[in-house]
This record gives sequence, C-alpha cells and structure tokens, in this order.
Amino acid sequence: MNPRVLITRKLPEAVQKETGPDWEVEMNGGPGHYSRDELLARVRGRDAVLVMGDRIDEEVCAAAAPTCKVFANHGVGYNNIDVEAATKYGIYVTNTPDVVTGPTADLAWALLLATARRVAEGDRLIRAGRWRLSDPFAMLGTEVSGKTLGIVGAGRIGRAVAQRARGFNMDILYTANSPKPDFAAQTGARFAELRQLLQSADFVSVHVPLTPATRQLIGKEELALMKPTAILINTARGPVVDEQALVEALRSGGIGGAGLDVFEREPVLEPGLAELDNVVLTPHIGTSTLETRIRMAAVCSRNIQAALAGRVPPNCLNPAARMRQEERTR
Amino acid sequence: MIRAKVYVTRRLPEAALELLSRHADMEINPEERSLTREELLGKVRGRNAVLCLLTDTIDEEVLAAAGPQCRIFANYAVGYNNIDVAAATRRGIIIANTPDVLTDATADLAWALLLAVARRVAEGDKANRSGLFKGWEPLFMLGREVSGKTLGIIGAGRIGQAVARRGCGFAMKVIYSASTPKPEFEAATGARFAAQEELLREADFVSLHVPLTPATHHLIGERELAMMKPTAILVNTARGPVVDEKALVAALRTGRIWGAGLDVFEREPVLEPGLAELPNTVILPHLGSATEETRTRMGLVAVENILAALDGRTPPNGVNVKEALAARSGG
Repeated sequence: MNPRVLITRKLPEAVQKETGPDWEVEMNGGPGHYSRDELLARVRGRDAVLVMGDRIDEEVCAAAAPTCKVFANHGVGYNNIDVEAATKYGIYVTNTPDVVTGPTADLAWALLLATARRVAEGDRLIRAGRWRLSDPFAMLGTEVSGKTLGIVGAGRIGRAVAQRARGFNMDILYTANSPKPDFAAQTGARFAELRQLLQSADFVSVHVPLTPATRQLIGKEELALMKPTAILINTARGPVVDEQALVEALRSGGIGGAGLDVFEREPVLEPGLAELDNVVLTPHIGTSTLETRIRMAAVCSRNIQAALAGRVPPNCLNPAARMRQEERTR
Repeated sequence: MIRAKVYVTRRLPEAALELLSRHADMEINPEERSLTREELLGKVRGRNAVLCLLTDTIDEEVLAAAGPQCRIFANYAVGYNNIDVAAATRRGIIIANTPDVLTDATADLAWALLLAVARRVAEGDKANRSGLFKGWEPLFMLGREVSGKTLGIIGAGRIGQAVARRGCGFAMKVIYSASTPKPEFEAATGARFAAQEELLREADFVSLHVPLTPATHHLIGERELAMMKPTAILVNTARGPVVDEKALVAALRTGRIWGAGLDVFEREPVLEPGLAELPNTVILPHLGSATEETRTRMGLVAVENILAALDGRTPPNGVNVKEALAARSGG
C-alpha cells in the first residue's frame, strides 16, 4: 500500500515534484491553516505529515500516533511542535536546517541596510511625490561600514550573518551560552556577554530559536542598554523580543531603529509599530525565495522517505522516538 | 590680512562650516532650497572660492560671473557632471570633488538596494503596514536568492570595487567590466574581467558605478536591457542618465528584467512616468552619501580643498589642478 502523506499547506507548483513518487498525498488547498478540528481529523491514519506552521501538540500527536512515523516540519524553527509529546508517541520530528541559512542571513542584511539607510521610508517618500531636491540634511541615515555588529545566538544563521559582514569592514561581537572557537575563527567575531554586546553594538541581530529561555530575551531592560543610535534586527522569532517595550523604545528614541521580519502575534502587529518611520517591517519572508522553498520541500521529503523506510531521518530532532516507534510497529 | 571670501550654496554639516569660517569670510545660502540661476550668478560674484552642490549648474556664465579672483569651485560630491570643467580650466579655476569619503556609504546603499529589490523589502513593508499580511503563506512575496549568485559590476573604480568586496561575504561570483582589466582588484576580490555584453548576459545583479560622461550617457538602454536575464536585477547608484529610464520602465513592465533598485534618475526629482507605479522597483531620493558621518566628512574634504587653493597649495582632490594653474600663469 502506498504511504499516505498529509501536507498541511499548499506547496508551490514547482515544489510539488519534490514529494515522493509513490506517496498518496493529501494537500490542504485552502489559503489558510486547517482549523484545529480539521487538523485533528486529517492527521488520523497518515504515515507522515509535512507540517507547515501548524501547532502540533500532545492531542495532535495522539490522533496521528497509531500510524504516523514523522512530523516533517517545513522550517528550521520548530517551536510550533511539542517534541516531547511526539517522542512519547514514537513520532519523529524533523526540521530543515542548512537550506534556510543563506536566505535568512541575506534577509537579516537586507533589513539591517534598509533600516540604517531608510530604504522603505525613502521609497515611500518618493512614490508619494514628496521628493524635493538637494536638502543636504534630508533623510540622513546611519553609516554601516566600519561599525560594530552584535550577533545574539551563534548558530548557523548567526554565523552566516557574521560572515556577510566581511566586505563591510565591521567589528563583530557575538554572544552564546559559551564561547565558540569555531565561530570566532570563521567570522573574526569576539565573544561578549549579552549585556556587553548590547552596550557596544551599533547593530544587534537576533538569531536564537524560540524556547522558554529565549522568550522576551530582548525586553525593556535590554533595549535600555543599547545605544540610542543602535538598530535591532529580528529574523528569528517574534516572541524573542518584547514588542510592546520595543515600540516604546523606538518611539522615545531609546534606540535608533528596528528591522523586523517576525512578530509576537503574527500577523497582528503591536499597536503603534506600523506608524513608526524608523522601522522596516517585512511579512515573515526569511526563506521566501522559490529556490529555497524547493530545497526545504526536498529536505522534508528526504526526512519523510527515511522515516517511511524505517530509518531515523537525517534531520531528526528526537532520535529517542525510535524505540517507541519500533515497539508500536512491531 | 584680508580674509578670503567664500560662498556656500547650501547649509552643510556644522563641523565643515565651522572650519571654513575660522579661515575665511563665509556666506551661506540661508534658504531651505537651491539658489535660482539668477541668485547663483549674483552670489558667486567677487568670491575667492565657492562650495557648490550637484544641484548647482556651474557653466561658463557662472564661472565668468565669479570673476578672475576666484580660485576654486569645490563640489560637495564625488561626481562633477554639474560643472563644465573645461570652461573652468580655461579660466584658471580649479574644480575639486570629494572622493574616498563617500565610497563606503555609496557601496552600502548599492547593497541595500540590491537586497531590498531581491527580497522585496519595500513591497513587504508596505503590505505589512497596510494590513495585507494575513499570516505566513507558502507562496507570499517570493523573492530572489542573493548569496551564491553572480554579481556584475560595471565600472571598477573606488565604489565599484567596494561593492564587489561586499559580494565576497555573500559568496558571490563577481564579474566586472571596465576600460582595462585591474589585476590588483582581481587579486583582492576574485573578480573576473568580462566584456560588458558578456557581463550583462551572465550577471544576476548588475550594479552601475561609472561617472556620467558623454560616453556613459544611456550606457544601459533597450539593447543592453534585452541582454540581461529575465531574472536579473539592475542597481543604479551612479547617475540617472547612465540608464535610459524610458527603456528601463518598459523592461520592468514587460518582465524583461525582474527588478531595479534606483537611487538616481534621469531628470531628478522627476521620475519617468510609470516608474513609481511599478512594484518591482525600490526607488530612493538620491541617498548614496546620505549618512551623518559621510556628509560631515564630505563637508570637511570640500573645505580642505578650498583652504588649500586659497593658500596656494594643491587641493587634495582637484580634478584639473595642473591645467588650471597653467592657464592662470599663461594667461
């Protein structure tokens, strides 16, 4: 019998051929997510689920468990999935690291430069027909080259963001739970405690996963440590930053600006945020290139194929699920 | 001692004005606008030096109005296509610009535009602000990959080279075209020399860094745009007339190229009709050097050029010093 695979959102046409040839696929054709009830009903009886942003908790795991071998998450962050519950039910959880690194680091840089040089604001001004020539003080931005870049979270994406600073002649600081000699060697960055990094950096770019420990990592107190000219970049997860405190800091000139691709309660923005000129707000497009989407689907597909073949998937986040899965399928 | 008389055509960063006023009798245009033609002709009269902007047209008539006691017109920009240098030389007037200090700021802005167009930053920002973001969508706002792609630099001077260097951190393959190959630049960046036509055909991003001269006017026209990949992005932080803006709008409209990031325009501040309606562009009001730090440095460099000329020294950034001095002593 062909494996039954649920895909929870519509994949781009060009991406659909990355799925397994023998899969019996059901794909959500609608514009939004499945409702909670629908998700619970749809996961039942599947051999694998390709998860695109849906919340997978204990109840969903239980509904999927009798047959499901893997929740293949389309994305590197998996804060939407209760991995512990999946392990308990013998379901592998996988993600898509590496393939999202380059495009996410590129977007962090796009936001950094756009915020520093007031790109979205300048584009708005000129389209509104408000460009007047030759005011030498109009729209002055902040220099990027030669400044200090602070990277919070020294994983793959943080490292890629630091590497991109090479041609910009920047001083780079990074913070992590402990110094990482590899990271320092590859990027020329120096380790700093978070507090010290926030005080010294002209640009602070956040690259931590969302966990209970990183929730509101950047709050009122941290924003107060930053330079009044500093710019905060968040391409990680919205709840890593206290958005209310951020709006307050941006309003009062506590910091110079912010470039945000992620928000605390997407797609709802903190009141006031969209009225600020010193922010650039992109709609969660860190991995939004067709090439990357194809690669992400291919990685999901490989993880599903492995799990269907009884192997531990290459990007498995909970190898401990194996024992329970073997018991169940024996 | 009689202090030299210097006119400044717009209010500039304080540090520069402060330095100039310590050494010269300085008058500044107090208005929040450029001088009219008549005002300019009147104000330059009898000055020993003029600090002017790109928006001031300095031609034969203005130079004649300034008079023979005038030593220098110091332009507050690296490009000086607003000045008739040959006419200045004939009158023994030195023309100076502000290179180097704005190289990084301009290269940074070229990269800001490149990334903003590729990843649809301005469009995304607009969608977000107008409430069109309805939650993460697999097909929403798909952009173009930057890292690992091919960056084509047309004009490998200071700014072109700085843009290329920034491509190294993005693991890009860099190709460049210039009047002659530059081995040192190649050694430093791994860039490869290419004929312009080859560059246009191969590059995923084409960034322009040539000065505006009769030879570079409409360097990128319909024919050149047609050579580019349909997925390619054009970035112009050089001078507007280097690109045939009408042909560019047509190419962007028909999807002949994927997008464009423009900081300069053919008839600033007027845009080619249709340009401002295109979503696949990011357009900026000539912000290449627009940072506090760079503008201050530019002002200081322009003042240094003036003070040197007034002192009878060679201005560090004169573009016609030898010829102008020869004309002065000969005449």
